[in-house]
Amino acid sequence: MNLLLVGTSHHHAPVELRERLAFGGEAAGALAARLAAGGGEAVALATCNRVCLYLAHDDATEARARATAELQALSDLPAAALESALYVKSGADVALHLFRVAAGLDSMVPGETQILGQVRSAFERADRQGATGPVLHRLFRQALHAGKRVRHETGIAENPASVSSAAAELAARVFDDLGSRTILLVGAGKMAELAAANLLSRGVGRLVVANRSVERAQPLAERFGGRAVGLDALEEQLAGADVVIASTGARELVLTAGQVERALRRRRGTPVFFIDIAVPRDLDPAINDLDGCYLYDIDDLERVVEESVAGRRGEAARAEAIVDEEARAFDAWQRSLDVVPAIAGLRRRAEEIRAAELARARARLVGLSPRELTAVESLTAQIVNKLLHVPTVRLKEAAAAPDGAARADALRYLFDLGDDRP
Amino acid sequence: MAELAVLLFWPALAGYAQAAVAYVGEGFRPGRLGRYAIWGVRFGWLAQTALLVAQAAAAEGFPWDSWAGSLNLFVWMCVGAYLIWGCRAPYRLLGLVVMPLAAALFVLAWLAGGAGPGRSGAFDSTFLILHVGLVTVAFAGFTLAAALAAVYLWQDSRLKRRSPGLLRVRAPSLATLDSLIGRTIAVGLPALTFGVGVGLARLGSEGGGVDAIMAVTFFTWAVYAAFLVLRYEAGWRGRRTAQLALVGFLLVICVRLGSIPITHF
Repeated sequence: MNLLLVGTSHHHAPVELRERLAFGGEAAGALAARLAAGGGEAVALATCNRVCLYLAHDDATEARARATAELQALSDLPAAALESALYVKSGADVALHLFRVAAGLDSMVPGETQILGQVRSAFERADRQGATGPVLHRLFRQALHAGKRVRHETGIAENPASVSSAAAELAARVFDDLGSRTILLVGAGKMAELAAANLLSRGVGRLVVANRSVERAQPLAERFGGRAVGLDALEEQLAGADVVIASTGARELVLTAGQVERALRRRRGTPVFFIDIAVPRDLDPAINDLDGCYLYDIDDLERVVEESVAGRRGEAARAEAIVDEEARAFDAWQRSLDVVPAIAGLRRRAEEIRAAELARARARLVGLSPRELTAVESLTAQIVNKLLHVPTVRLKEAAAAPDGAARADALRYLFDLGDDRP
Repeated sequence: MAELAVLLFWPALAGYAQAAVAYVGEGFRPGRLGRYAIWGVRFGWLAQTALLVAQAAAAEGFPWDSWAGSLNLFVWMCVGAYLIWGCRAPYRLLGLVVMPLAAALFVLAWLAGGAGPGRSGAFDSTFLILHVGLVTVAFAGFTLAAALAAVYLWQDSRLKRRSPGLLRVRAPSLATLDSLIGRTIAVGLPALTFGVGVGLARLGSEGGGVDAIMAVTFFTWAVYAAFLVLRYEAGWRGRRTAQLALVGFLLVICVRLGSIPITHF
């Protein structure tokens, strides 16, 4: 079985092309089934940044042609236009590529965590369609293992990679138990909505949306199970808010340090985390000087994200080492597939000879009791096993070596085993 | 037993020293080193527990009434208290404050003869257990509270400065640290109150004057009592309470250092 990968990603193709190639869950299963028809194996993976067709096939040329034809049909583009955006990998490079993808090393933001679930889903869909076999089963199982190892053994996925998740992460450095906390959204901008969604996904208890127009704030508040108030109630709401996210379109400050200081008196020292995503800024920078107040504007958050992504890149070197190790282990397993039939053939041949010789000698062994006959059977089996033990071990060791297949061929020749490769 | 106590000092010190070094490494590259450090703390603490048991068995009583002996006990309690939280990833950073200090104080206790073969105290064991034991428990609690306060102020200043690398090092949230400081002192102060009370009762029955250590201890008690009143009644939180916990700890250091030249018993 030859391993083959035909695909494209954000490194090779613009979004206009990638969206033409995109396919959903059910279509991915059906596509894998079509590609696997006729004795092959296939898994189709599609994410925002990539489309990859993983194939295991006896005839690599035919598999490549079929995969390219499927992608061409999907994109509805001339072959030449598509070919330039595609990459093709084979053999050990396929495993290395998939393991890097599963570990998030091929993603736009190194270490992003969604990809592991997408790889798992792609494999499960293909499996349900009967499009997978032992090779891709092993390949994807090992890819998921490599992805998990990278996340557990390195810090690549630990820190946030977006402004909204950085805001949520920073809030968690002030308050541990977000479940009992309240978010006050000042304005109903898109970025504030994203940051609020991130915090709510981490279990923040309550949401209040304060906006100049209460009617405009109402739909957003309802979507997140919160309530809407007017900007005139801002100071009153501030006393009960733990995280304040501001993103109005106002030209002047919406909240001054004096207003916050007054509200703090009613909070009995409980800290407040302020996020100002508006440009021009909504929150008075002097708020950060107040005891128990932490104010981050959009530039601060972006600096945190940059540092975090740089940290992820630093961890990527450790992740690459893990991925390499897993890819080598897969390669060794795949090479062992070349020698396993030869070993099985050798053992089968030895057993045939043993059984035949024993049958021929049986006429001369009529005087033996059943117990003695059993002892002879056992003795011959032990001799055969001991003789074959060392060649078996050596051949398995040789499987990982570049000339492993040649040594298996030599064995077949020496013992006249014939070509029993699947 | 006395020889065993002498021998057990070394594995305990090895565990603490290994943990201290691993925590420094954890500060630079968070991950596996933190887990090694925790095993060092556990191993060292178990060895020190065995050392204390061997000392008590050799002395057939309470052998930690000297300042060096009580320092040995103090280190054991601090590390024990740290073990309660330190095993959890966000609190590992606390080990960077606690373990080098614990290793250094443990060596100091050994150099002054407090971690060697046990010897019986001059007073009856019940009095020593109650007085020295409870005061040491309280001081261990205040030390832990000071370590938590130091982490609080460090984390607070990083958040205020909007340090870009803020998220690289795992640390407990400010709210958690604040609550732990308050709870640790709330446990330590009653222990100090009872410990001092036992000492005063003995002073009343057997006579004797108030020495400098007692005076500073009373002052320490007043600072921590003020801490609890301000925190739980006046609503003080955050930086101010963390700073007050550190002020209290400075007095704890004075009491501990003061007991070297002054013969308290």
